[in-house]
This record gives sequence, structure tokens and C-alpha cells, in this order.
Amino acid sequence: MGSLIDLINVSKSFDGTLVLDDLNLSVKENTFVTLLGPSGCGKTTTLRIIGGFEHADTGKVIFDGQDISNLPPNKRQLNTVFQKYALFTHMNIAENIAFGLKIRNKPRAYIQDKIRYALKLVNLDGFENRSVDSLSGGQQQRIAIARAIVNEPRVLLLDEPLGALDLKLRQDMQYELIRLKNELGITFIYVTHDQEEALTMSDTIVVMNQGYIQQMGTPEQIYNEPENAFVADFIGESNIVHGTMIRDELVEIFGARFACVDKGFGTNAPVDVVIRAEDIDLVSPEEGTLTGVCTHLIFKGVHYEMEVTTPDGFEWLVHSTDMCPVGQAVGIHVDPFDIQIMNKPESEDEEAVGVNE
Amino acid sequence: MKKTKNTLKRILEDFYLVLIMVFLYAPIATLMVLSFSNSKSRTQWGGFTLRWYGEMFESATIMTALQNTLVIAFASALIATVIGTAAAIAINSMKPLSRSIIMGITNIPMLNADIVTGISLMLAFIAFGISLGFKTILIAHITFNIPYVILSVMPKLKQTSKSVYEAAMDLGASPLYAFFRVVFPDILPGVLSGFLLAFTMSLDDFIITHFTKGAGINTLSTLIYSEVRRGIKPSMYALSTIIFAAVLTLLIITNFAPQKKFEK
Amino acid sequence: MSKKLLSGPYLIWMAGFTVIPLILILYYGLTDRSGAFTMANVVSIATAEHAKALWLSMGLSLVSTVICLVLAYPLAMILRKRNVGKGSFVVFIFILPMWMNFLLRTLAWQTLLERNGVINGILTALRLPTQSLINTPGAIILGMVYNFLPFMVLPIYNVLCKIDDNTIYAAQDLGADFWQTLFRIWFPLSLPGVISGITMVFVPALTTFVISNLLGGSKILLIGNVIEQEFTRGSNWHLGSGLSLVLMVFILASMALIAKYDKNGEGTAF
Repeated sequence: MGSLIDLINVSKSFDGTLVLDDLNLSVKENTFVTLLGPSGCGKTTTLRIIGGFEHADTGKVIFDGQDISNLPPNKRQLNTVFQKYALFTHMNIAENIAFGLKIRNKPRAYIQDKIRYALKLVNLDGFENRSVDSLSGGQQQRIAIARAIVNEPRVLLLDEPLGALDLKLRQDMQYELIRLKNELGITFIYVTHDQEEALTMSDTIVVMNQGYIQQMGTPEQIYNEPENAFVADFIGESNIVHGTMIRDELVEIFGARFACVDKGFGTNAPVDVVIRAEDIDLVSPEEGTLTGVCTHLIFKGVHYEMEVTTPDGFEWLVHSTDMCPVGQAVGIHVDPFDIQIMNKPESEDEEAVGVNE
Repeated sequence: MKKTKNTLKRILEDFYLVLIMVFLYAPIATLMVLSFSNSKSRTQWGGFTLRWYGEMFESATIMTALQNTLVIAFASALIATVIGTAAAIAINSMKPLSRSIIMGITNIPMLNADIVTGISLMLAFIAFGISLGFKTILIAHITFNIPYVILSVMPKLKQTSKSVYEAAMDLGASPLYAFFRVVFPDILPGVLSGFLLAFTMSLDDFIITHFTKGAGINTLSTLIYSEVRRGIKPSMYALSTIIFAAVLTLLIITNFAPQKKFEK
Repeated sequence: MSKKLLSGPYLIWMAGFTVIPLILILYYGLTDRSGAFTMANVVSIATAEHAKALWLSMGLSLVSTVICLVLAYPLAMILRKRNVGKGSFVVFIFILPMWMNFLLRTLAWQTLLERNGVINGILTALRLPTQSLINTPGAIILGMVYNFLPFMVLPIYNVLCKIDDNTIYAAQDLGADFWQTLFRIWFPLSLPGVISGITMVFVPALTTFVISNLLGGSKILLIGNVIEQEFTRGSNWHLGSGLSLVLMVFILASMALIAKYDKNGEGTAF
């Protein structure tokens, strides 16, 4: 299957600040792609370049084999759902949804059908004559989606569409969006800074930081095999520590040796080691590869969040259903396949994209 | 290609902006030029002179009219600012219905024709037995200035969150203290721009003054109007040029100096 | 609440100097010199002389209003796009001319328009035929547009600035080109400002007597001139008030329009 959208060597700066640096991205037909990253990472700019609201300084946007870099937004076969909905307040719901169809001079009956279909799709049947102001945030968001999809775009661009909703509603809408994507069979390009949203909905996640793509892959790949410290730190909660690769499948951290499954880093090579908070097993001090003292304990509902300080002063973040009281000595054990080894950044360029803290 | 099209659009827009500016400021430039022309003709350049500036200061009529104009503008703007700001605070805390009724009345002097406002005030002064003169001009100016103040202050009041005022009281401030230390600084820009707008409107008014002034007193506007038939003395241009230049300088200082500070 | 008391001076002032004076106009307009009720003053608008003045006033102010709108709307769009410094800078540019006396500014147009004035001077230099510009209805329209343009620009500019960029993007995203966006999004959303601007230009233009006096010569009489003369020369205040009442009908109609489209007071100029 070929790709539907390709960004080729796209760069963009605002007032001399580089926001996107030589970005290459390819999106396949009928996938749910999420651009994930902290604010200022360039994800929204990428989306706006695809939508046609910004023009890349250099590089090309290819849509279905054609260069659309210079095409204005109204000529592009894709539609956008905006962060704050951007509904037309001087029109009622039906008029909002009909807007794009009227522009394309579709027949009346067709438009009526489409409005009914779209409202049903977003579970707001009978809302035709309501005013925009009378709708809640979640309802407005559904209308914004309905307004976009009636035009049968091949790609739907969504710019943090759930950002303004409260937690419960946000979770409901996540399922709705997955259902919509499956029913419509079109490509979704979704922008968010919320890793949970990205992991829940996406086929492919593109992690971005400071204008670069850090890693691209399935949610499982991104979560389980982060390629660098930034991704590891941004997705989930991890401990990132300096280590030394003694030989294949053996790494030394703070003087203790852990068995792992990674190979090919050479011998006695400095590396970054990522261990997820939930992958640390707390055992008795005698059984632990490392020993420390629990210095912090919070009950989080699903699990306890603890900090275990080892003699070298490092505070390990631990998520576990087992509780360890503050002040108690405890051992740390990690299964080999839960240890993720990464090369240390070599150039300054790479350093720049590394962990900020 | 996209770039050249955008550049062309920009040039056209710039051209349009310049054209409008020329339209707005051409008469003002004309008056300034005439104030230096050594000729009484309004169309002939008679060589450079400062003579009109000298005559201006010697003319008692002009100086009296200037004094009347400035005193009325300042006093009416000040009184209107006090009454209007107080009213805006009260209106802001009213229920929607009484608020919209009062705002409707507030809009009357703004939307009503000046000529009708002028005539109605004149009829009222005569009915109340107030003789037309300085007093009546001042009252008339206050009347049409108050709405400008209210409409400048209201938006700032709406922006000021109620919780700030409540927080101040929660921390032990009396309502009056809370208002002057917390709310007032917030609405001050609106109050100032209201005052400035009122001052400007008063200075520029002719029609309402024309009907409410009575005999024997002139502001600059009415003096100019009475001179139209006989021919305006160029010293009037000189005076206007000085006022305009002074205001321009003043506004540039007050408008742009503090903005620099806030920019970062 | 003590806060309500703050509106006391204002309410008294408005009652004394806005409401009562308007009632007095009503009284004068509907009575004759002996104080008896009559419709004669109001009906006199139908006499040939008055009707002609009213008709001319309507025509000239309508044309001026349309010209102001056509000039101001693109201007406001450009100013919004450029986001010139801050909002106050735009207000500054359009308020500044008011510090040069309104009469003098209008008189300056005499200098520019006269038979041997500046504009004809330029035409002569370009070897074009000179035009008679002064003392024509065209000169009055120019004077009106010149004086009232800021009152059209500012409310439209203020409303345009409140429109979220994303609303415009959304329209483009849904396929609307420039003109479709203009007529289906920009224009309906800026209607409060437009209505407010139209009123603020139309009312003073309809009722002016100064601009017609200064730029129209003595031959062109507008309804404002007729009323002014009744008060200053003819001194039939009852007739003048009666004609003012007719004018107020138009003004009330515009206010009703504003109230309908501008519920939140968004469209005010300042």
C-alpha cells in the first residue's frame, strides 16, 4: 500500500526560530496517525502545513502523488477539526454542517441527508436547529467533527480536539473517534501532547520534539522500545540512568550488574538505561540486585507510587501494587527483558533532542 | 509564484493604506502650510512667515475663545469622567434588565443627531430659566461626554474579575480600600481613555455649542463659524497648528513610551 | 447595595439633560405658538421646500454612508491583518485629526477643491481640464465621508479583531474561497460593527448643516440647514422642533436596528 501524504524535507521557521527542521513524514491510507510531543515541538505546525494554513519554507507536501505545497486550504481534499472547534456562531447546527456542501453546490436533498447522517454518526440526532451557544463543549466538538466529515475528506486533521474537554468526556470521545475512523475508513492525523490519548487511539505514533521526529512506530513499539531518552521519558514514567555495557546481555548500573537482552553495544561502552517505573520489582534487600531505602510513598488508586533511594543518591521511581513503608530497606530487581539499553547521544545535535531535565 | 502574488497583494494594501492616510491628513497638512503663508488668500502661497503666530497671541478674541474652549473641555471631561465612572461601576453590578435600559438611555446622546441634542438642550435651558452662556455649554458638554466615559470604562470593568475584588476583601480590605487598590488600577486605562475621548469630543464640538452658547461667549469652533463669511484669519490656522502639534507630541509620548515597557 | 447609589448622579443628570429635553422637543413639535396641539409642524415636512431638503439629505447621506462602508471595510480588514502595533494605534490614527478643529478641517477642503485650488492646480499641471468641484453635492459628500469615515472604520475594526482566526481557517478548510469566506463568514460575523458604523455615519450625515454650509455654498439646503435656520433666523421653534421629530423617527429606526443586531454592545466604536 502506497502512502497518501508525504512530507518531504519540510522546514519552517517563525521569526528566525526553526520550528521544523528537514522533516520527512509519510502517512498511509486509512490509518490513525498521531503526532505526539510537548508544546512547541512542531506538531501543530506540521498539521497546519498539511492543512494548508502555513506554507513550508522549504520542502514539499505530496498528497496522493501530487504536489499540493502551493494549494490553498480550500482546494485540498482534507478537512480539519480545530482545537477550539471554530464553529460558526452566526449559523445553527444544520447550517454549520451544511457549509462545506453548500460551497460545493450540492443539491438540497443530498445536503439534508448528509446532515441527518452526520448527526446520527456523532450521536446528536435532532440537533439541526439548535444554536452553537446552546451546546456543551463535548457537543460542539462532535459538531465540528460532523461538519468536517460530511465533505467526505480523504484525511481528517485533528488539532488537539479533546484538549478543552474534561477527563471523563475525553475518554468517551477517544472511543468515539476510534469508532468513527473505523466506520468512515479514512485517514486521521491527530495532534496531541497527551501520551495516553496517543497510545489509546493510534495505529502509528510519531513522537516529535524541537522540530525533529524522535521516533515513529506502533504504540507498542513506542512504549516498549523507545529509541532514545526523550521518547522514554515522554511516554510513560521511566527511570533513565547512566550505565556501562559490560558485554552483550550484561549492563552495570551504579556498580550492580543486571542481566538484559540487548546486544551489539560493544564492551565497556557507556549507555543510557531505561527502566519503566512499573517494571521494577521490589524484593527483600537480600534478593535485590540493588538495595535502597523507600523515601516516598503515595497511593494512586491502581497502584502505589514510591521512590527508592539507592546509596549513590539516585531516586528510583517505582509503581507497584505492593506497598513498602517509608524508611524501610528494600531490594530492586528487574527482569532482563524489562531493561532497555540506548546509545548515549553522540553529537550536540542529538544532545539537543535528548531529555531536557 | 505564490510569493510574487503575495508581495503584489501587500503592495496594493500598502498603497490603499497610504491613500486613506493622505485623504485623512491632506486637509490638516493644508492648514499647516497656510499658517506659514504670508498671504490672506487661502489658495495663494505668499512666502514663508511667522506673522500669524505673532498676531494670534495678540488677538484678545482668539485668546478668550481658546481659554473658554480649554476650560470647558477640561472641566466637562473631568466631571463626565467622575460621574461616568461611578455610573459604569453601578451599571456593571445591576441586573441585566435595568442594565440594558440604562445603557439604552446612555446611547441616546451618542446616536442622536447633534442638532437634535443641541436644540433639545437649548429648549430645556430656556424652560428651566437658565440663561445661555458658559454654564450651559459646560452642562451640554458634560451631557454628551458621559456616555463616552461609560463606554470606555465598561469593557475594562467586565474584564476585571470579581474574585480579585473579593480576594482583597477576604484579605481584610474594606470595600472602599479594595476598590481603590485593586479594581481601580485595573480600570484606570479605560478611565483615562474615556477622559481623553471626552476631552477630544468637547474640543471638536461645534453643533451642540452653537445652540447652547447664547450671545457674548465663543469657543474656538463658534468663533471660526462666525468668521466663515468674513474670511478666516490665518492666525486661526496658526493656533490649530500649534494645538495639533502639541497634542501629537503629547500623545506620542504617553502612548508609545509606556507601551515599550510592557512589550517584553 | 451601596454600589447602586453610585449611579445616582448619572441618572439625575440623564433625566434632567437627556430625557426632559427630548420631551420638550416633543412638546414644541406638537404645539403651535399658542400652546394648542397641532400636527402642522410635523406635516410641514411634506411642503415642497422641506421635502426637497429632506430628500436631498437622505440621498447625500445614503451615498456617503455607502462610500464610507466600501472604503472602511477593506481598510479594517487590512488593519486587522497587519495588527498594526496594538489596537490603540489604529484608534490613535483615526482620532488624531479631530484635534484639528472640525470646521477648519472642512474649510481646508475648500482650499483643496476651489476653482483655483490645490486639486485643480495639480490638474492644470498635468494639462487636464479643471473641474468645478466646490459648491456641488459631490463636495458635500466628500466632506461627509471625510468627517465620518473614522466612525465607520473603528466599530468594524473592533468587531473584526474579535473574530477568531480559526473560524476563518475553518471556512477555508471547508472549501470556501476568498469571496465566499467574505460574504458567508466575515460579513455576517461583523454585522454588529457594520450596523453600528452605518448609524454613526448616517445620522450625523443626515442631519448636518455645517458641511453643506461650508462646502455646498448657499444654494444647497439640507434638512439640517432648514431646522437650524428655524432656530437661529426664522425663530419658529415649533416648526423646527416638528421637523426635528421627523428626523428623530429615522434616528430611532437606526437605534432599533442596533439594538436588534448588537445585543452585547460589541459594536460600539470606542
